[in-house]
Amino acid sequence: MQTVFKKTPVLTDAILHYCPGCGHGIVHRLVAEVIEELGIQDRTVAYVPVGCAVFGYKYFNVDSVEAAHGRAPAAATGTKRTDPNRVVFTYQGDGDLASIGAAEIVHAAHRGEKITTIFINNAIYGMTGGQMAPTTLVGQKTTTSPYGRDENHCGKPIRIAEMLATIEGSAYIERVAVNTPANIVKAKKAIKNAFECQLAGKGFSLVEVLSNCPTNWGMSPVESMEWLEQNMIPYYPLGVKKDITKEV
Amino acid sequence: MLWTNIFAGFGGQGVLLIGQLLAYAGMYEGKNVSWLPSYGPEMRGGTANCSVVVSDEPIASPVLSMADCVIAMNTPSLDKFESCVNPGGKLFINSSIIEKKATRTDIEVYYVPCNEVADQLGNPKVANMAMLGAYLEATKAAKTESVLDALLYKLGEKKAHLIPLNREAIEKGAESIKK
Amino acid sequence: MAKKLMKGCEAVAEAAIQAGCHYFFGYPITPQNDIPEYMAARLPKVGGCFLQAESEVAAINMVYGAAASGARVMTSSSSPGVSLKQEGMSYLAGAELPCVVVNMVRGGPGLGSIQPSQGDYFQATRGGGHGDYHPIVLAPSSVQEAVDMMQDAFDLADVYRTPVMILADGIIGQMMEPVEFHESTSKRELPKKDWAATGWNPASGRPRAIVNSLYIEVDELQELNDRLQARYKIIRETEAKAELYNTDGAEIIVCAYGTVARICKSAIAICEKKGVKVGLVRPITVWPFPEKQLKEVMDQPSVKKAITVEISAGQMVEDVRLTVNGAKPVEFFGKPGSYTPTAEEIAEYIMKSREA
Repeated sequence: MQTVFKKTPVLTDAILHYCPGCGHGIVHRLVAEVIEELGIQDRTVAYVPVGCAVFGYKYFNVDSVEAAHGRAPAAATGTKRTDPNRVVFTYQGDGDLASIGAAEIVHAAHRGEKITTIFINNAIYGMTGGQMAPTTLVGQKTTTSPYGRDENHCGKPIRIAEMLATIEGSAYIERVAVNTPANIVKAKKAIKNAFECQLAGKGFSLVEVLSNCPTNWGMSPVESMEWLEQNMIPYYPLGVKKDITKEV
Repeated sequence: MLWTNIFAGFGGQGVLLIGQLLAYAGMYEGKNVSWLPSYGPEMRGGTANCSVVVSDEPIASPVLSMADCVIAMNTPSLDKFESCVNPGGKLFINSSIIEKKATRTDIEVYYVPCNEVADQLGNPKVANMAMLGAYLEATKAAKTESVLDALLYKLGEKKAHLIPLNREAIEKGAESIKK
Repeated sequence: MAKKLMKGCEAVAEAAIQAGCHYFFGYPITPQNDIPEYMAARLPKVGGCFLQAESEVAAINMVYGAAASGARVMTSSSSPGVSLKQEGMSYLAGAELPCVVVNMVRGGPGLGSIQPSQGDYFQATRGGGHGDYHPIVLAPSSVQEAVDMMQDAFDLADVYRTPVMILADGIIGQMMEPVEFHESTSKRELPKKDWAATGWNPASGRPRAIVNSLYIEVDELQELNDRLQARYKIIRETEAKAELYNTDGAEIIVCAYGTVARICKSAIAICEKKGVKVGLVRPITVWPFPEKQLKEVMDQPSVKKAITVEISAGQMVEDVRLTVNGAKPVEFFGKPGSYTPTAEEIAEYIMKSREA
């Protein structure tokens, strides 16, 4: 019998705790497949966040460290600096990275820290029950913006990929989405580029992944993918924001 | 033997350095020593002082509220620390720039024309060494050779040519208080 | 080896390097800047890494990461900065990670002063961050003692898988004293760090490393806490240290740590001249507090009372009272903020207290 699909050994057999239709599972698989394809499982250390992916250490089949809320880029720095041969990545949500951990991510990029960050932007705090994130869209209703996000009250959503691309130390920054098979293929390519950037010692790399949260958005999985397409992508344009590996 | 000392002056007059040289010299001679600077914003352009203890016994407290000797390189230092000299102790006043006289009568007071000595030697930077010379002459707390060893350690071999000038400043400072 | 005249901060940094600490993450704050400065100059020369973090919060998390990967690692700061590190300290304790944190304590609360203080005693000895934990806290009273305790600070951290704090003050940090560096060798059997996240080969036979302080199930969190408390019990029973000075047959016992303990020795000499025998119990570990040592001294029939002297509103005095447990009076002398009492003031208080 011919094998046409096999689960990557860089994911454990643990059953994911994510809600039905959540994009985290897709991104986990993409990251794990990239680690497998690059043959770096035995020297990779994963840093997982506080947020929905807090149990990431149960799923990524690599040595893993749970960081305090927002601090993964700083902690990952400690692991990377004690042995530059290690491949170190952080996996963070938008509350963790764009809000409480804004300083840590900016300075990891600023130092040109040779780590890779997978940043899941689903425009909401998932684990704590659907509160407003810095990435929540204007008008979007959450449990802490029950009348819709009011830009006069709390500003407009922050575009992390564009912001980090302006920092000298960042080497590879791309925004992707996981709402369609075509976009998922592109997302995997971006994640691979980011890890290759780290392996080449070029500097800081980050992939911002637009993802969904059917539970807290109050939608079916299919509706949420459509909402992402119609509302998030126009505000958060996809594409490579910076790539010094291509520059001459 | 126990000498407790407060060295005080403007930042840049080298009071922290001569305090350190005394501490080094004491250490070279097998004594227990401690050197504690004032630190923080007051270091920046304002007055500087350090407490130096040289002792045969282990030093209990490096923090001095009173001292056997006070070295005042400028007027604010004299104002601040004259009252801190132990009765029977010694007060060294840089008479080149301090016009006032000491008011205490229960202590020995030495007026050292530090800047004049330095000017005569053609280098205003060694005024502090003239003061240290006077201090060593009056207290015998350490030998001049030990102080110069310490200075050589601080300067490094590349600046060893400055040692004779500093030696002269120490000697002239010592002479200035000989009666 | 010949004696060197060194600033406390620099000596502590050198001693850490000699104890095998090749990684330092910190952020500038007075009065401990000589530590990061020394590390920045020296660590690249020994194949290590110094990194100036963007904040104390980031620095302690870099320590967390380096410790998670099995490195000997250290950070240093002073009071306001140490407050910022408390989140990380709690995570280090929860994830059972070894590290050394130096606090050159300054006056508080808030921005306070930059002068010496002992106002962080509660924060240091009670854990400081959230949850039921204690770092081991060592309180040097001289530059030489600080140097001598660095090797064991790292060893204690490794043996008990816990953060260790050096609780000093601006005087210890800024003062120059002669120091001697002895060849630094561990006196303890150090466990293998097979729990460290270093990269995992599934064929290696070791289990996959997960460094974590999250235990979402009640039973699992209980297990972690039981493990920690069992460890703390051993630490309390075996690691408490104190210097006893002039205590045999003393009438009054002064209890003080760090720089203040030295000043108390001068005060004791003043009292001695007046014919009053005063002894000193100087905790070298402030957590664990040297209860046994203090209790034995206080149980002497000659001892009438204890006087605790601190640059605080009275923090360690609570541990002294818990130890003496009402058997004899325990008094406090000191001021909060950063006023360092003089030997004369302490002696005066002792003499007055004796007559009262």
